[in-house]
Amino acid sequence: MLREDALKTIYPELEERIVVTIMGAVAAELYMLGHRHNFFYLEHAMGLASSMGLGIALVMPEHKVIVLDGDGSLLMNLGTLSTMARYKPGNLVHIVFDNESLLSVGGFPTATSTGTDLAGIARASGVPSVMEANTPESLKAALTEALSGNTLTTIVSKVEAIGPKTFHMDLPLLENRFQFKRSLEAMQRQSKV
Amino acid sequence: MPVSVTNSKLIYDALKACDVKIMSALPETWLVHLIRMADEDPDMTLVRLAKEEEGIGISAGAHLAGVNSALLMQNHGFLAAINGIVSLALLYKIPLLMLISYRGHMGEKDPWQTQGGMTTEPILRALNIPIWHLTDHRDIYRRLKDAQTLAHASLHPVAVLLSRELMWEE
Repeated sequence: MLREDALKTIYPELEERIVVTIMGAVAAELYMLGHRHNFFYLEHAMGLASSMGLGIALVMPEHKVIVLDGDGSLLMNLGTLSTMARYKPGNLVHIVFDNESLLSVGGFPTATSTGTDLAGIARASGVPSVMEANTPESLKAALTEALSGNTLTTIVSKVEAIGPKTFHMDLPLLENRFQFKRSLEAMQRQSKV
Repeated sequence: MPVSVTNSKLIYDALKACDVKIMSALPETWLVHLIRMADEDPDMTLVRLAKEEEGIGISAGAHLAGVNSALLMQNHGFLAAINGIVSLALLYKIPLLMLISYRGHMGEKDPWQTQGGMTTEPILRALNIPIWHLTDHRDIYRRLKDAQTLAHASLHPVAVLLSRELMWEE
């Protein structure tokens, strides 16, 4: 499956949610589908998108948080799975697009291309719900299930190592940061009303 | 264990006075009482990490959600977190209140701590991270409050170095 098609299919589920993405192709493809102030693109600090999502999920338990991770990023911070599993925030959904490649820096194969099983690692780390979804429809179904329940979920989706033509986003990093913060504040105000 | 319970309690109370609601930590001898106090406090979310760099992400998430955080780490944990500090906290102007146990400095008997002790301040200065030393219990409340105030005003990490004199009772 193409990640672009997967994102297109789940976009309606993302639209109103707190979304944190990793850098590179995932960020650019989501941005091109339609930027929202409730989307944060972590354009560096590989591995920490899931930690950011965990931080938000723990302090905003009434809101769902979706992290869009990748194999290269997750492999840099495998400990995050054990930390997420330790606290199990039921409002956190962790989607890992596994293209078996460090695509954004030239397509070098990652360890998932030689057999490392991220879903297996998530399960063994204690993440209570781990699903594998390798078609846009099954990803949408898995995400819908995760969002309707209250169980920390990791969904691993194998995608092709194909990215967008350009990674350019007309959104300075700090503009994104301040937009996102205001958006989270507005969500919290609304939920208090 | 000669880690000062009294001074740990003063630090914990100062963090509470700073309205810190979420703390990340990785166990380290000098921090044991602080971590226990956070664990026993129903109003504190304690996140025990696998590696200190995760804490940068957690604090960034908490800040963007409008919640005050603190990070408890050993100075070697600070060294392990540097990329997160640079390419998340500095890049995105995220305030961090980092409480760093200053191992490997004056009075250190463990040889394995000494390189970290000697590189901590030069690296903090290279990152332009303001440093407060905590050596006297009378400074704890004021200095933690002031450190947090500067972090929030500058949208920048600050480091509070917890010294042997404060944390360790010989």
